[in-house]
Amino acid sequence: MDAVIILQAGVATGTVLLFATLGGIFSERAGVMQLGIEGMMLLGAMAAFSVTVATGNPWLGLLVAMLAAGLLSQIHAFITITLGADQVVSGLSLTFVGTGIALVFGEQLSKAGVISLIPRYTVPFLSQIPFIGTIFFTDHSVLVYLGYLLVPLASYYIYHTRPGMHLRAVGEQPSAADSLGINVYRTRYIYVFICGLFSGLAGGTISLAISPGWFSELTTSGQGWIAVGLIIFSQWDPTRALVGAYAFGALRRLVLDIQGPTILFGMRNPFYYNPYWGFFLMMLPYAFTIIVLVIGSYSAMRRRLGAPAALGIPYIRGERGV
Amino acid sequence: MTDLAPVKSNNRFPFQIRFEPRLGELKWWQSLLISLIALIVSLLVGALLLSVVGGNPWKAYSHIAKASFGDIGVFSDTMVKAIPLILIGLACSVAFRMKLWNIGAEGQFFLGAFGASIVVLIPIVPDGSPAWVYISVMALFAMVFGALWGFLPGYLKARFNVNEVISTLMMNYIAVAWNNFFIYAVWSEGGFQMSKMFPRAAWLPRLTDFSKQIPELRGLTTHAGLIFALIMVVVVWFLLSRSRWGYEIRLIGDNPKAANYAGIQIKKNVILVMMLSGGLAGLAGMSEISGVVHRLQGAISPGYGFTGIIVAWLAKLNPYLVVIVSILFGGLILAGREIQPSGIPKLIQGIILVSLIASDYLVRNRVRIIRRTED
Repeated sequence: MDAVIILQAGVATGTVLLFATLGGIFSERAGVMQLGIEGMMLLGAMAAFSVTVATGNPWLGLLVAMLAAGLLSQIHAFITITLGADQVVSGLSLTFVGTGIALVFGEQLSKAGVISLIPRYTVPFLSQIPFIGTIFFTDHSVLVYLGYLLVPLASYYIYHTRPGMHLRAVGEQPSAADSLGINVYRTRYIYVFICGLFSGLAGGTISLAISPGWFSELTTSGQGWIAVGLIIFSQWDPTRALVGAYAFGALRRLVLDIQGPTILFGMRNPFYYNPYWGFFLMMLPYAFTIIVLVIGSYSAMRRRLGAPAALGIPYIRGERGV
Repeated sequence: MTDLAPVKSNNRFPFQIRFEPRLGELKWWQSLLISLIALIVSLLVGALLLSVVGGNPWKAYSHIAKASFGDIGVFSDTMVKAIPLILIGLACSVAFRMKLWNIGAEGQFFLGAFGASIVVLIPIVPDGSPAWVYISVMALFAMVFGALWGFLPGYLKARFNVNEVISTLMMNYIAVAWNNFFIYAVWSEGGFQMSKMFPRAAWLPRLTDFSKQIPELRGLTTHAGLIFALIMVVVVWFLLSRSRWGYEIRLIGDNPKAANYAGIQIKKNVILVMMLSGGLAGLAGMSEISGVVHRLQGAISPGYGFTGIIVAWLAKLNPYLVVIVSILFGGLILAGREIQPSGIPKLIQGIILVSLIASDYLVRNRVRIIRRTED
């Protein structure tokens, strides 16, 4: 058990959470709560895997995964934006539908053999830096590097561009945005779609790069929900999302690796000699999500900032409200 | 598509459809009709998807109907599936009435099963106790453990404003791992992932147990958990519709600001409602292990906690309708086990929930067909 290896694997595992969290940040910045991420991720994982099995091209698989999840997200968009229904229940139902479709179409996939995966890459020079080089730049899937790129891009887009400002306006004060000529409905549709694309990407990242294969519902095993928790922890900020996602990735990895060695910190490893203690280790990522939520919610409450003001509230033109 | 206000268009069709906010309350048959239409639409969509994946939807549907309501024997099995759904549907109804999204009924169900099990396996009551002692202590422990599992997210919501959707969901995963630890490590019986069989006194009596007196009951598996469930239906109905506390819950759900001004303690009620909700789900866990499997084991729930959400929603949070809807979904779960591909029942449930939420638009808005005016 080597700390550098765990952190390296944590960055890889965390990339899944990072994509899903970034997507959720976009949607929620526009004022639409996203509880359907888990379902869209599962659909994406299934679509990516099955298309790759059929065509042998993982990039095509990834593209189809994103489009499939994006399409699914539009159900949520229609129900919450056009019909103005409750975003919590709609998001939940999206998870049910996404899971259902993924299970139905993925029925035969677990028997599929070896497929070609997204290629890996070691960055020259950068990978020579001690520790950092190994953790961040050695033998990672190309998608991990995509994650590094997306965070500053998303940050710049949200805080420093005109459409990013419109995005925030729609989430904070839709009526004001509307009066300035921003089409609130269209903006929200677009960002819910983007969230779908990101969730599909996250799902495809699982099945084509991080833990390849299709294991029905266990493929995502609740990572979509952890991402929903991370959105709140990140206070809707891409950079904080990156920190949270990698930390959770490392934690997931640690839980798997800690049971391996016989000696741990110079002592008999209790997790090796009592393998059933592993069940308590399995609880850790979920327990930490709750802890992280408490921290995120508490600091948001104290600093009176955080959640976009119009989050979860349907916008009806001409009606009084935020 | 995004704007439902009337649009001027070039076609000459003299009428147009317009949606207007509904001012008055709906009549009961109107909302029932809307739900029914939503149900039918979702079954049609499900049929479409089924034929896309190469199944025969009508065969699948008639199979579901026959395998769950075909004769008294399978209907009795359907009722067995309906019992936990009723209790969890009630649990969700109570919480949802306050707009408290308890998605953790699944975990509370597992902890209820755990609570009931420790009564037998530690044991809390001495071996050889009479059945009424076993059953009542098990039910009590199940409700307490379920309520504890509901208390934590409720407290976090009240104290730190933690989103209860995620916290309750995370608690589900923790509950499953918790139970698995005890099933694998502590109470494992002969290397199998299950505890020893409970003594007969800890079993909820089934209809078939009375076949000596009434031969027609032979083989019927419906158990006394149904009585618990029906009692809870009345209790929840009374609490929600006839008690002062229920009024507070409904007021918080409809208008938290007004409730706050009226001096209702919202935080206290958040915790109490989560505990009540968890307790009901916990009781479902007890009725399942004491009435069906008679031991603590894994895989005691085919997603009851999540189906319960749809049950509550389809029943419009009405405790009596929860019973009817639970029986329908009990049939779907029972027959769904044999349907290929295995994701179908889950998919159908999802589609039903989607079209139900969408149909809510018709509850809030009325459809008017009006003559296009020249302007």
